[in-house]
Amino acid sequence: MNKKLTQKFAPGHSSCAGCGIPAIARTVLNATDDPVVVINGTGCMEVTSTLYPYTSWKVPYIHNTFENAGATAAGVETAYRVLKKKGKVKKNIKFVAFAGDGGTYDIGLQSLSGALERGHDFLYVCYDNQGYMNTGGQRSSASPYGASTETTPASSKDIGNELYRKDIMQIVAGHHIKYLAQANVAHIEDLKMKAKKALNTPGPTFLLVLQPCTNLWKYPTSQYVNIGKLATETNFWPLYEIENGNYVINYVNKKPKPIEDFLKAQKRFKHLLTDKNKEEVKKIQNILDEKWAKLKKLASVK
Amino acid sequence: MKQGKKNKALTGGGAAAEALRQINPDVMAAYPITPQTPIIETFAKIQAERLVDTEIVPVESEHSAMSTCIGSSAAGARTVTATSSQGLALMNEVIYVASGTRLPILMLISARALSAPINIHCDHSDVMGARDSGWIQIFSENVQEVYDNTIIGLKLAEKSELPAMVIMDGFITSHSVENLETIPDEGVKKFVGEYKPEKYLLDIDNPSVFGPVGLPDSYMDFKVDQEEAMQKVFDNFDDVSDEFKKLSGRDYDVVEGYKTDGAEHIVVVAGSTAGTAKDVVDKLRDGGKKVGLLKIKLFRPFPHEKIGNILSKARNIAVMDRALSFGTNAPLYSEIINSCKFSSVSHYVSSYVYGLGGRDIFAKDIEKVFEDLISGETSKGVRYIGIN
Repeated sequence: MNKKLTQKFAPGHSSCAGCGIPAIARTVLNATDDPVVVINGTGCMEVTSTLYPYTSWKVPYIHNTFENAGATAAGVETAYRVLKKKGKVKKNIKFVAFAGDGGTYDIGLQSLSGALERGHDFLYVCYDNQGYMNTGGQRSSASPYGASTETTPASSKDIGNELYRKDIMQIVAGHHIKYLAQANVAHIEDLKMKAKKALNTPGPTFLLVLQPCTNLWKYPTSQYVNIGKLATETNFWPLYEIENGNYVINYVNKKPKPIEDFLKAQKRFKHLLTDKNKEEVKKIQNILDEKWAKLKKLASVK
Repeated sequence: MKQGKKNKALTGGGAAAEALRQINPDVMAAYPITPQTPIIETFAKIQAERLVDTEIVPVESEHSAMSTCIGSSAAGARTVTATSSQGLALMNEVIYVASGTRLPILMLISARALSAPINIHCDHSDVMGARDSGWIQIFSENVQEVYDNTIIGLKLAEKSELPAMVIMDGFITSHSVENLETIPDEGVKKFVGEYKPEKYLLDIDNPSVFGPVGLPDSYMDFKVDQEEAMQKVFDNFDDVSDEFKKLSGRDYDVVEGYKTDGAEHIVVVAGSTAGTAKDVVDKLRDGGKKVGLLKIKLFRPFPHEKIGNILSKARNIAVMDRALSFGTNAPLYSEIINSCKFSSVSHYVSSYVYGLGGRDIFAKDIEKVFEDLISGETSKGVRYIGIN
């Protein structure tokens, strides 16, 4: 593999074929020339990269537990400030926390909120695969409406997940941090630009990165980039930034594709594409349209 | 070193904060809970005057307090915190991470009962709930010991590469003003020295992984190493204590036998009740009774051998627990039974439980325990003091 690409995260990890997590780690970490310390919540990224006695991390790394990436990062960053002031640490160091959607939207929300509110200087990256994929695909509050998951299985009598995704971007924005952005592993250049911006912004910053999961969204391993692209092309996953409270949309679809295109590419939505559930698909499309209109308004896009 | 020592009157919380001022830790992450508040409030005032270099992280929960401490300690900073009761219970998950990652975090505990029903007063249920977590646990009898144990505990933790809890009795010690003798700042500074971990996250040129995945081929080895580190704490305690004696003139062992020489009847207790029990022993000794007190100082690791040897000469023993272990023997009692086995002591050991949720314990109650021992009134079951 490309030496520069793998200088902070080595190949040989055990993530699934067609998983976007390594690409997210590499893109984010390579967006700075400063030394980086990584903080990682329990999840797919952690279990596939630190199987003792091996590690993929060529930078200092700490994994604590599932729900405390924010608080752990706060501790590392605070220690840095003290030791820097005392002259015991000389270099400028950046801090990046990675956690999945379970560790961010759900069990880690309080810890993240505290770290953001206190203004620690770090970047928090949530790789969002819309469920508890490391434990086999259970529903999280990032799982979309209508998805069949292991804890919300669809049946002839059940639509699957009946709840709507939590808007974590709005929750994070409520902490008045200077920079946060929604990105997508299928749009690597956009992710790189956002990671650079985030790492150059003092104080807490946040990236929400869509990470299609081949195993539990149920599509062929070769398709993760295509699935990711469809998510943005259908406005299911718009790319945008909130910089000092100002919204910027990074990819405006002149002609968004219908949501069916995204749904039919994944078996987790298979049950929706039946005559019986036509109304459900319409409902999903309407909600997306409303959300997109709202986002455009926030970004002053006509 | 007698020079420069100061006599002060402080609460247990104030004494802990005074020791922390002298230690000058790099980071404190803490969340308020009664009766721990005097520790963190006093220290916050000290920090606000910039009498220390410490950064305080006012976290949003105890779980985050310990998580932040883990991050900070792994990063290479000398790190402290303080909690009580529900706070320690909430930390339960992450205190195991702290010890498993071998981080020498110092945690002051103002021991308090656990809900339900909610109760803010003293007992040892919180710290007993953490007894298997891989932390060193040191009990303090009074304000002087809180001060001394804070300094000793920090050094012992760092020397052992294990985290340590220094425990005071909630309200009884944390909020009561007592006289104590403090050590000059310079002496404490020299005693604790500079914190230089072998591996730390901010050592950018030598990257390390903290908190890897350990499968069946490695996990057990990590745990056995951890237990071996725990067993080394006894020797480390002796070394630290010797050095501390030179500094302070105060001589501490892992347990304190009070008039146990020639004692036929011994009561075993931990925490502030030892002070009351000493008065009772004095009174009964004056009356010609051969009684003594065994005060537990180091609870984890538990000094079975030393205790077994002291108790082997007694005839009757009573263990007083300030906590229950539902469905089995009270925690300290269980340990003492094991200590007796260690020394092949076959005499009868009685179990008493007292003071739960702050119920008062009086000298007359302890006197009654001794009377039971002397009259041979042993009972197989546990006896609850203060319950009719």
